[in-house]
Amino acid sequence: MAEQQIAKTLLSANQLTCIREERILFDELSFEITAGEIVQIEGPNGSGKTSLLRILAGLSRPYAGEVYYQGEDITRNRDEYNDDLLYLGHLAGVKTELTAEENLNFNLRISGYDEFDTRGILAKVNLAGFEEALAGHLSAGQHRRTALARLWHTNCKIWLLDEPFTAIDKKGVEELEHIFLDHAKRGGCVILTTHQDMGIIGDDILRKISLEYRFV
Amino acid sequence: MKKGISFRQAFFTLLKRDLQIAIRHKGDIFNPLLFFILVVTLFPLGIGPEPQVLSRVAPGVIWVAALLASMLSLERLFKADFVDGSLEQMLLSPQPLPLMVLAKVLAHWILTGVPLILVAPLLAVLLHLDDNSYGALMATLALGTPVLSLLGAIGVALTVGLHKGGVLLSLLILPLYIPVLIFATSAIDASSLNLPYSGHLAIIGAMLVGSLILAPFAIGASLRVSTN
Amino acid sequence: MWKWLHSYADPERAYNLSGKLLPWFAMLATALVGIGSVWGLVFAPVDYQMGDSYRIIFIHVPAASMSMAAYMAMATSAFIGLVWQIKSADWAAAAIAPIGAVITLIALITGATWGKPMWGTWWVWDARLTAELVLLFLYLGIISLYASFEDKVLAARAAGILAIVGVINIPIIKYSVEWWSSLHQPSTIRITEKSAMPTEMLYPLLINILGFGMMIGAITLIRFRAEILARNGMRPWVRELAKAEGVK
Repeated sequence: MAEQQIAKTLLSANQLTCIREERILFDELSFEITAGEIVQIEGPNGSGKTSLLRILAGLSRPYAGEVYYQGEDITRNRDEYNDDLLYLGHLAGVKTELTAEENLNFNLRISGYDEFDTRGILAKVNLAGFEEALAGHLSAGQHRRTALARLWHTNCKIWLLDEPFTAIDKKGVEELEHIFLDHAKRGGCVILTTHQDMGIIGDDILRKISLEYRFV
Repeated sequence: MKKGISFRQAFFTLLKRDLQIAIRHKGDIFNPLLFFILVVTLFPLGIGPEPQVLSRVAPGVIWVAALLASMLSLERLFKADFVDGSLEQMLLSPQPLPLMVLAKVLAHWILTGVPLILVAPLLAVLLHLDDNSYGALMATLALGTPVLSLLGAIGVALTVGLHKGGVLLSLLILPLYIPVLIFATSAIDASSLNLPYSGHLAIIGAMLVGSLILAPFAIGASLRVSTN
Repeated sequence: MWKWLHSYADPERAYNLSGKLLPWFAMLATALVGIGSVWGLVFAPVDYQMGDSYRIIFIHVPAASMSMAAYMAMATSAFIGLVWQIKSADWAAAAIAPIGAVITLIALITGATWGKPMWGTWWVWDARLTAELVLLFLYLGIISLYASFEDKVLAARAAGILAIVGVINIPIIKYSVEWWSSLHQPSTIRITEKSAMPTEMLYPLLINILGFGMMIGAITLIRFRAEILARNGMRPWVRELAKAEGVK
């Protein structure tokens, strides 16, 4: 089985350097991420985990270095990369003035999907019955689930998730872990940051990229 | 799970969402309009009520008030999206960014520019604007306010990540508004003398076309800097 | 084709190159401004119409012409920085902005000072003065935008975008202001119609224009070098440099 899978590089970072407020967060960081991997970026607060994730997403520009998607610089073919990228940041990107259903509907349409069943997807993230509720009236966990619901309807290969488990209960975390594993099996990759321990995804599957806090 | 959204559908999806949000948040529409009306009302109180004087300064007063109202209302253009993370998602969507930006600016203009145009004749009456000039006033506002929205959006996009936006924003974009102001007010002046003003309108129209083409790219680039 | 640009994009090389250029610019600037000003202010003949007060043009005209040139230089390097993603070019643009603003302010003040004996008033809404005032606003906008960002790498990029937007607008603003002033003004106070200037006045003026250009170049280089050091303070080569200079 393992021999049949040709290790396909999806994303590679080349000599990334990130400087924030005159402090070097990481210097000349290089790595490759292949299809089927689940990668956790770990490190203490302020070590640049979110910055790294944002650089990989193409939201931030590194001080030096490049990110390649299938061999091409992501700043050069942004539309193609964005088509294969699902990024969920600290901020959920959920509008409090819209209902859960309207939010999901908008997020999916703007990502390019035109046929989907919003109610079915919301049911999968335990939001059945809350479709008509304004996102501003939902609890923090439900708010987060509204954003995470996109993971159940996507064909993006690269998932970049910044603290996806925040405000999510134990059962929800397990469900998310299952969907990560399924995604990896289908040939995608998941890159995430979290301070929570994962129960199902063991250390044998999980690859870790460590950042350390640097004082200079 | 196929992706089948055309650019046009994406454009209208975003436009519809922004209008929907604004309708649930009506203050955003009415406050700039009230500001516009209030500023215009202050001028007769400051200058004096003589109809000749007022009708002489009316085009300038209405247009300067429109500039300020447009600038004030623009401040909120990207702010909410920036704060809740929708802006990041917009930048990462597979749709072309200038198109998305254009949809947002259009939604904003429909919500703040159009009411401004509609209430302008009322204020013109208060300022004794020359009877011949109403057509020119409406025409210049219709062509000019979208230019204000497009140019202003560049400044807003540059300052959306900063805590102190307001005063800085005016410093960035008011100088860019000068040509629109000059041509719009002189069109109205010309019309009050029964002179043709189609040339002025053509120039404002040219500015509109130019900013429609170029501004979305500048706004997009600015947003990428601001969300960095 | 643009490979050579990238080789100077490296901050260390840009720093060293600008260090080599600086003495030349500084020397030329001192010599030219010295010669031009002394010639213009002391030796040039008195104007038969305007008397000695015309001599302010030896400062005013160079400042006014360089105010626009500095903006163009700033926008050009901002454009290079944006398109080829060269941070040094962004920093160069940020380094020019305050110099351009001061030069524009000098042009405005000397213009007003000249206006007092000529027109009997400090300020007239003359097309050139108005356009110069708007130019000052554009500069100030760029400077305060740059100052507002905490992350100066971002600040330089944001200011660069604004500089480019401004440069597209400058011709439109200039044209509209000129058209506006021709519409509103009695044409009697137009003064600087090109009358044939005697060569004794023209030469010092030209020398001063060139000298102002060199002076802006020299100050820009100084600010540019400071900017590079400030942005790269944590880089090894800057630390070594600091050690060599005996700074802790």
